[in-house]
Amino acid sequence: MTFRQARYDEPLLCERMRPSPAEETDLFGVPSSLRRESLSLPDLPEHEVVRHYTRLSQMNFGIDTGFYPLGSCTMKFNPKFAEELARLPEMARVHPEQDPSTVQGILQILFELQGILAKISGMDAVTLQPAAGAQGEFTGLLLARAYLDDRGDGGRNEIILPDTAHGTNFASAGMLGFHVREIPSKDGRVDLKALGTAVSERTLSLMLTNPNTLGIFEEDVAEVARIVHDAGALLYYDGANFNAILGRTSPGTMGFDITHFNTHKTFTTPHGGGGPGAGPVGVKAFLEPFLPVPVVTFDGRTYGLDWDRPKSIGKVRAWLGNSALLLRAYAYILSQGSDGLRWVTDRAVLNANYLRHRIEKHLPVPFSGLRKHEFVASGEPLKANGARTVDLAKRLIDYGFHPPTVYFPHLVEEALMIEPTETESKETLDKFADALIEITREDPKLLRSAPHNAAVARVDEVLAARRPILSWRMLQKGKGSEKSA
Amino acid sequence: MDSEEAAMLRAMGLKSIDALFADIPEAVRIKGLDLPRGMGEQDVVRHVTSILRKNRSAETMPTFLGAGLYDHFVPASVRAIASRSEFYSAYTPYQPEVSQGILQTLWEYQSFICELTGMDAANTSMYDGSTALGEAALMAHRITGKREIVVPRAMHWDRRAVLSSNAVGPGLKVIDVGYDADNGTMDLDSLRKAVGEQTAAVYVENPNFFGRFEDELPEIRSIAPSLLIVGANPLALAIAKAPGDFGADIVIGEGQPLGNAVNFGGPLVGIFACREEHVRKMPGRVIGLTQDAEGRRAFCMTLQTREQHIRRERAMSNICTNETLMAVISAAYIAVLGSRGLRKVALDNIRRARLLAERIDRLESFEAPVFQGGHFNEFVLRSEIPYARVHKALLAAGVHGGLPLTGHFPDLKEAALFATTEVHTEADYDRLVQALEEIR
Repeated sequence: MTFRQARYDEPLLCERMRPSPAEETDLFGVPSSLRRESLSLPDLPEHEVVRHYTRLSQMNFGIDTGFYPLGSCTMKFNPKFAEELARLPEMARVHPEQDPSTVQGILQILFELQGILAKISGMDAVTLQPAAGAQGEFTGLLLARAYLDDRGDGGRNEIILPDTAHGTNFASAGMLGFHVREIPSKDGRVDLKALGTAVSERTLSLMLTNPNTLGIFEEDVAEVARIVHDAGALLYYDGANFNAILGRTSPGTMGFDITHFNTHKTFTTPHGGGGPGAGPVGVKAFLEPFLPVPVVTFDGRTYGLDWDRPKSIGKVRAWLGNSALLLRAYAYILSQGSDGLRWVTDRAVLNANYLRHRIEKHLPVPFSGLRKHEFVASGEPLKANGARTVDLAKRLIDYGFHPPTVYFPHLVEEALMIEPTETESKETLDKFADALIEITREDPKLLRSAPHNAAVARVDEVLAARRPILSWRMLQKGKGSEKSA
Repeated sequence: MDSEEAAMLRAMGLKSIDALFADIPEAVRIKGLDLPRGMGEQDVVRHVTSILRKNRSAETMPTFLGAGLYDHFVPASVRAIASRSEFYSAYTPYQPEVSQGILQTLWEYQSFICELTGMDAANTSMYDGSTALGEAALMAHRITGKREIVVPRAMHWDRRAVLSSNAVGPGLKVIDVGYDADNGTMDLDSLRKAVGEQTAAVYVENPNFFGRFEDELPEIRSIAPSLLIVGANPLALAIAKAPGDFGADIVIGEGQPLGNAVNFGGPLVGIFACREEHVRKMPGRVIGLTQDAEGRRAFCMTLQTREQHIRRERAMSNICTNETLMAVISAAYIAVLGSRGLRKVALDNIRRARLLAERIDRLESFEAPVFQGGHFNEFVLRSEIPYARVHKALLAAGVHGGLPLTGHFPDLKEAALFATTEVHTEADYDRLVQALEEIR
């Protein structure tokens, strides 16, 4: 064990506020009905602010800190050159309302990226507007609805989801007022019989991740596509697991009509501790007229924006999308190229299968067969000693590893969803496997009281939800209750 | 294949990498990607930089665009803080024990936003100001069960379009209210006619799309029979009364002006805050204060039963990845400037817009500001010359003028929305005014 996270009792900036002498601020320019006489925000010397955030950053684990095998999140190394590119003033200080003649560079990059993503996904057209994968799903479902309405086949309002689907699929369908029909899996794959029974003239779409969240490739995908299409519905590809298929297969080849990408997963734009991301959406040609406006165009000489698209679904966010992330994705794809991207998938799949091979005797991995970029193990055996998956996850922290995704997907008891990604070496994978195995043999007390080497001990999440204190203001209102909350 | 890969395959008893893909049926395999081969770092950087150089940035071309996004001066410390890769290379803080840094930073961000807006709770961000409005409308529907959202006609068309997309699910009806032709603020008579039994919320912006402070917010509150959603520029809130003090229920806004770059429109950061009583109906990730097993202060994501991974199709929203790093930047910007710095910048922006409008107004062919009353950092300019010609002439003079409004607000005739901030120098103003003067 070599890991010790920094541990500061770092006060809140608001706790360091001092009553400042009355300001002589001239609010003349503000209408008298709206003048604000005081603002209670801290006033600290700049270097104290920098120290505050530097200390806080040292209590944060990122991919640059260590191995981060968070399943379905594809935590690979974020190349530093892409960060530098995104900071150039020609990216950062360019306004989206500028005249197209003054933004030919970024329009070229966006236009080319649309083409590149179309090729990677086997689709015909791409919009870069959605800000994240979930918004890509929202966009995709709006597109499917608009297309079916246009064809005189409106009124379809059911989304079919396998029980392995990501939670966002359910929420995106719900946000649009659609009904969700969940179908059970068979051997960790879509049950074709259940699918056949579920589809009807009410089905708008089946949303599917392939490989699915168990890391298992849906070998019957062509048959799935046939069933869905025969019912007059569209097939949506949840692109969260794209890292598993680059250059090996594509949503278009598999028969999908719509796909989203998560640039912060597959194309390694940094996730920022929770965002930003970008969620471009690719579609087959028949859906192209419905894409959000504006569409980036190129007439052979000049890049432009096309707003005149009568069938468009409109907009899902302001302006063109998370361009500074799309720029990073573009640069990353150029650096990898056709050979590199295929290697990405090959190595990601090799790493996942190798890691599974190393640990499956100690932590069972339900369902047989190959895995793609990730796999799901079960912490069930820990229960005999009075520990659970959550304890094992917290104990991994003491060994310097970020825990995997836990308790998802739901059809595996005590699930540990592990995605090593291609950027990790065999040495790291071996150390991680050794740690997992070691932990299964440790005194369960050590697990239940873990982590011991992080900035804080086990955090009481139940307390946080029972009595939410979400701001300094709320803390002040219930002053004195922090300890007894 | 390198020796490491060979060793891993050997351990699994496999002969080749291809064997790992035997589960992909022949019929759906592809041979590879039809893309060029990979480039070295130096070549990629050179190549991408050379394309980007075709852009004109505010660095070399004085730009007077605003309309929701503003190029402000950002102290280097803010970028240094946001460049800590412990922050930016982390995923969502699912494991609070190793993520206290970003959790505390975000809790402090929530606290700052609450102080600015006068709300009790804020989430850690929406995608941008437009989706924050869309989500606020959905939330108002969840709270009231009603289906009409009353909004100002004076709004950016993108934001209006995004609201319409969000209205699809529950079938919300969006009703537009015009603006006073002299003041550019919400027309209160039209507002009275627009609200009714079915109103879920009234939405108003301060400062509004035309840069005007909505002087009559208290009156708007009393007319609104329902929830009041206020869209605010957070920088203006440093010197303008908090919407919470006017009885706002939800406050949203584009948070970009707080230290974030304009980034050609993304990433941005949507501000979202509400009163305590509505917290469980709020969308998005929220950080709470709690304790660790040893009784020490700690932070974690909370109220997750509202979210997609638990409530699934009945979740408050589908958002998970948001704009966290932009919220970190906003918090750092607020902390570096402090209350005094923020107020100074805000007041300086007001002064600059007033002076610039006065200078333009002295020119023969231009009127500015078109609307009477207090403005924040932008204003509508009207031209006697077709604005398209003005726009082109300015570009030719190396200046980017304001946002042409003619297409979307034909009643304003040949008009454009001009913004200014502390990044502009006297030379920039001279250049703009001189260029305007020379247009015939």
